[in-house]
Amino acid sequence: MFAQILQQLPQQLLNGLVLGSTYALFALGFTLMFGVLGVINLTYGFYFTTAAFLALYGSKLLALPIWLALPGAALLAGLIAVLLDAILLTPLRRKKAPELSSLMVTLGATLLLYSLMTATFGTEIRRLPPAIISHAAIMLGGVRMNLSQILIVVTTVLIVAALLAVIRFTRFGLSMRSMAENGEAAELMGVNTDAVVRLVSFISGALGGTAGVLIGLNFNAIQPYMGETMMLKGFAVIIIGGLGDIKGALIAGLVIGVLEVLTAGFISSDIKDAVGFILLVATLWFRPVGLFGRAPAKRA
Amino acid sequence: MTTFLDNFFFSYQTLIFALGINGLLALSMYTVLAVGQLSLGQAAFMGIGAYVSALLTLHLDWPFAAVLLAAMIVPALFALLIGGPTLKLTGVYLALATIALGEIIRIFCNTSDLTGGALGLSGIPNKTTFTLIFGLLALALVNFVLIARSRVGRAMEAMREDEVAAGVMGINLPAMKLGALVVSAMLAGLAGALNAHANSFIGPNDYGFDQAVTILSFALLGGIGSPFGPVLGAVILTLLPELLTALHDFKLVVNGFIIVVAVLYMPRGLLSWRIGRVG
Repeated sequence: MFAQILQQLPQQLLNGLVLGSTYALFALGFTLMFGVLGVINLTYGFYFTTAAFLALYGSKLLALPIWLALPGAALLAGLIAVLLDAILLTPLRRKKAPELSSLMVTLGATLLLYSLMTATFGTEIRRLPPAIISHAAIMLGGVRMNLSQILIVVTTVLIVAALLAVIRFTRFGLSMRSMAENGEAAELMGVNTDAVVRLVSFISGALGGTAGVLIGLNFNAIQPYMGETMMLKGFAVIIIGGLGDIKGALIAGLVIGVLEVLTAGFISSDIKDAVGFILLVATLWFRPVGLFGRAPAKRA
Repeated sequence: MTTFLDNFFFSYQTLIFALGINGLLALSMYTVLAVGQLSLGQAAFMGIGAYVSALLTLHLDWPFAAVLLAAMIVPALFALLIGGPTLKLTGVYLALATIALGEIIRIFCNTSDLTGGALGLSGIPNKTTFTLIFGLLALALVNFVLIARSRVGRAMEAMREDEVAAGVMGINLPAMKLGALVVSAMLAGLAGALNAHANSFIGPNDYGFDQAVTILSFALLGGIGSPFGPVLGAVILTLLPELLTALHDFKLVVNGFIIVVAVLYMPRGLLSWRIGRVG
């Protein structure tokens, strides 16, 4: 029994790492939106679904290879994010409405968009054309993986590194950090906050979209409500990591991914989806500031 | 005339019951919104009430009054579990944690043998009556009006308008918020139990995210200035898909659209008047 567990462990850890990478990538855009724009934008899961559908139709109808379909779908998802932010959230920002108003408006929009999408596409599971990426197993020291899993981990690492560099070293990153600290002060100091809002929406939408295409690729199952399921994981990740905390979201995403795979592998696959939520409730009770303890902003 | 009424009642019984039950759900949403918080757990509390009541009736054959009481107490305990830590933080935490609660309940009900898994529970005896539903709804409304005219009601309104100022004026914010959440969970649980004993079948997917958002749309359409607003919203949104059958497939689209429009363009809802004060 014990020997068997030890033998399976490396494979399970790798699968967990792959799953955790997509959680981390997805939660990154979500937490970035909250950190800089100060809103929980529930339409975020819609960008995830939309990009997966765009990649699906791009590869089916236009025969795009994955290295074009992935960035193309992500860019379009980013543009949709900018558009939805302009329609739903900019008016509330102008009015200085309370934060729960923006949460509610995106909640309504989410229901609207998903129901429209279900009415259009139905709920059946769609699959990417098999030619889009090789699913052949690659053996590496007793651990089996495939090209899409490698693509997921590599893409996540590259994107995260690039984003952290932008935030740390560029002028735009400085504007973002100043807005996260205090939006009004940033504006008074000459930061073009409207431009930062648009750019952050775009980056977040594109991050969510990338995660959507990668998940679609890995599980090869695309349907309208996939973004909703992912959003629920996203809540767990960003609260455990601490709202608005990028490093926390990355680590919480990886941890939840690994724990889910281990739970499914060694306990029961029925309860794997509950792992994130049990950790979430535990975090709220015992460490509400999240993993790294940046106190949640209590805005008056 | 009586036969006509009997026939009418028989054909539309499901709809009439739904009006009352959705009215109770709208009031449960109102309770939380009235103190300036947002809970997306109303569907989950409703589901807990429904399952607890159905199990007590089916397996232990408790009297209906005791069943209804249990269906209010158990969701209240969950409300304490979730509300205890989150209500001390900003409002976003309660919203996210209650969505998570809904998901845990859905997963549990889908997998546990006790709750019948994905098939749900069937054969629940019909014990809900017209008088019971609308009597309880009227009772709840009267209580809300009395509360709105009292010191507690004024405190709730102050919190909704400006939480910081309300806190400075000496209102015990965490206690008020937790109290509101517990009362709202009890109302939702009651509605769930009444619904379970009206439909004879309950399933784990009746209490998901769609239902949670739908309950919110009742309250936002009607407006939360007075407890009558949410009930009006529930009546409109329950009748609308029945009157315009073309809308039936797009019910959720309409509910979502109403939330967007209500928040952006009519934040006070359809019924914007408030209950007057005494003294």
